[in-house]
Amino acid sequence: MTETAEAVRYVAKNMRLDLRLIAEMVTPHTRVLDIGCGDGQLIDELSRVGGCDARGIEIDMAEVTRTVARGLPVMHGDADSDLRHYPDRAFDYVVLSRTLQAVERPREVLRQMLRIGERAIVSFPNFGHWKVRLQLMWSGRMPMTEVWARPWHETPNIHPCTIRDFFMLCAEEGYEVERWLAIDEAGRKSPWRRFSGLANLFGEQALFMLRRA
Amino acid sequence: MDTAPLSEIAHQSVTFACGLTLDGGAHLPTLTVAYRTYGLLNQQASNAILICHALTGDQYVAETHPVTGKDPWWELMVGPGRPVDTDKYFVICSNVLGGCMGTTGPGDVRDDGRHWGMEFPAITIRDMVRAQRRLVDHLGITRLFAVIGGSMGGMQVLEWAATYPDAVFAAVPIATAATHSAQNIAFNEVGRQAVLGDADFCGGQYYQTGRIPAGGLAVARMVAHITYLSEQALSRKFGRRLQPGKASALFGDMFQVESYLQYQGSTFVRRFDANSYLTITRAMDYFDLAAEHKNDLSRAFAGTRTRFCVVSFSSDWLFPTAESRAIARALNRAAANVSFVEVASDKGHDAFLLDEPDLHRIVSGFLSGCALHAGLPS
Repeated sequence: MTETAEAVRYVAKNMRLDLRLIAEMVTPHTRVLDIGCGDGQLIDELSRVGGCDARGIEIDMAEVTRTVARGLPVMHGDADSDLRHYPDRAFDYVVLSRTLQAVERPREVLRQMLRIGERAIVSFPNFGHWKVRLQLMWSGRMPMTEVWARPWHETPNIHPCTIRDFFMLCAEEGYEVERWLAIDEAGRKSPWRRFSGLANLFGEQALFMLRRA
Repeated sequence: MDTAPLSEIAHQSVTFACGLTLDGGAHLPTLTVAYRTYGLLNQQASNAILICHALTGDQYVAETHPVTGKDPWWELMVGPGRPVDTDKYFVICSNVLGGCMGTTGPGDVRDDGRHWGMEFPAITIRDMVRAQRRLVDHLGITRLFAVIGGSMGGMQVLEWAATYPDAVFAAVPIATAATHSAQNIAFNEVGRQAVLGDADFCGGQYYQTGRIPAGGLAVARMVAHITYLSEQALSRKFGRRLQPGKASALFGDMFQVESYLQYQGSTFVRRFDANSYLTITRAMDYFDLAAEHKNDLSRAFAGTRTRFCVVSFSSDWLFPTAESRAIARALNRAAANVSFVEVASDKGHDAFLLDEPDLHRIVSGFLSGCALHAGLPS
């Protein structure tokens, strides 16, 4: 028993920090769907420590294979085409981390997330960060930063947005922002959470928890 | 072609005197189910795994075949230390209803002393599953930890989960579909016509003639065997190479692929009954799980608590990935707990029986994860 508990802590310690922030947002013993679950870190943590019924969707078949082989429930699929197959309110939380900017129809994906889940937890890289703005301003070329690391013709991130853009989309769609915070690339919370203008300038990533208003 | 009758061997079995009423309305006066088990059933009877075999498989899943002397048909999947670990699980495998390895089928002698032959009633995949349920009850098991099968075995897995949801903790349908496609029915029909057209078939009553319709059944097997492979697998194995020292019956040298198929056909007829082949292929053709549930596959799994792991293979054109994805999505609509993976392989439909390490890792990991949830010791 002690051995298991220690193993769990070990995993949690090595979790991507933004995933840990998400894990902390989720109430234990709830139903969670993680879209783009990668190697399954979050669903593993949520099911083992939080006692959640946590499942994943992942587009990369090699990741799906590895994750199912670890005993985690993951299905091959993607945010754009698979969410519509789930019934209304099938989950308490639907998570989309660092993927919104890469889906084909972000607005529709958000709608589906809030149809099948009570709450949506969304994280995305912030295109409003000062480095991005400055690079575009000075060089006149598409910005390349640690977060936006690939040239424009190679990037899967076809729908970049800023924190301000995201707030506006939530208002248009009538979603209630229950919680939000700006984080740096490593996933540490930024101190500008009270001022969205500053967060939009200094936050490398944003993390939102939404629900239907 | 060897047309001598098949040798009769004794199989471990249980007989249910009350018989079995079939989906088609007919009643089989007695039901015999031949089966094998491996490993030990725990005290709570909670570690049982049922393996469902495919069209021409049988109950000898993890031991040398008593007729052919060949290796167990799912040697890499089932056994000590294998993904379906017989050191941990109590593994059951029974011959399907309509089969020819000891379970009630068209080769049996009826009360009036005649063989059933073609008069054996039409059966369904659900009838096969009902027969298996009898066996499982007989063994004192109320809930199977898992039901696993590929191809037609996968159809049975789906039918188990739909018909007896509370009796299946985990389900692993591999390289299968919730309905048989027109193309698959077409291939089966070619095979059946080959059997029916064999002069030795005698309307199905060949049991007394001292001969079996070996030629027709061999052709049926050859056609089917092509559908189990992929173009890449055939090219890789045989290409256009010729078989040294062998002439084709018609023109010149024989291709290796011809020789291979003829060998497959000739060995198959020594272990399989032609009437069973007709009966079971028909059951596959009639399988349509959605049709049993108002044409909505998700209804088949409404409210299910079974955990599913759906697996397909990239080069399988008999049961393509799209069919497995349709199953996975229907399970999504039912809010079921489902894992779905396509294994990259160039071996075609047969991949589920072959050395595919990813498949074995997936099944092994999925079962371990489920064991944790089922409270089985790991």
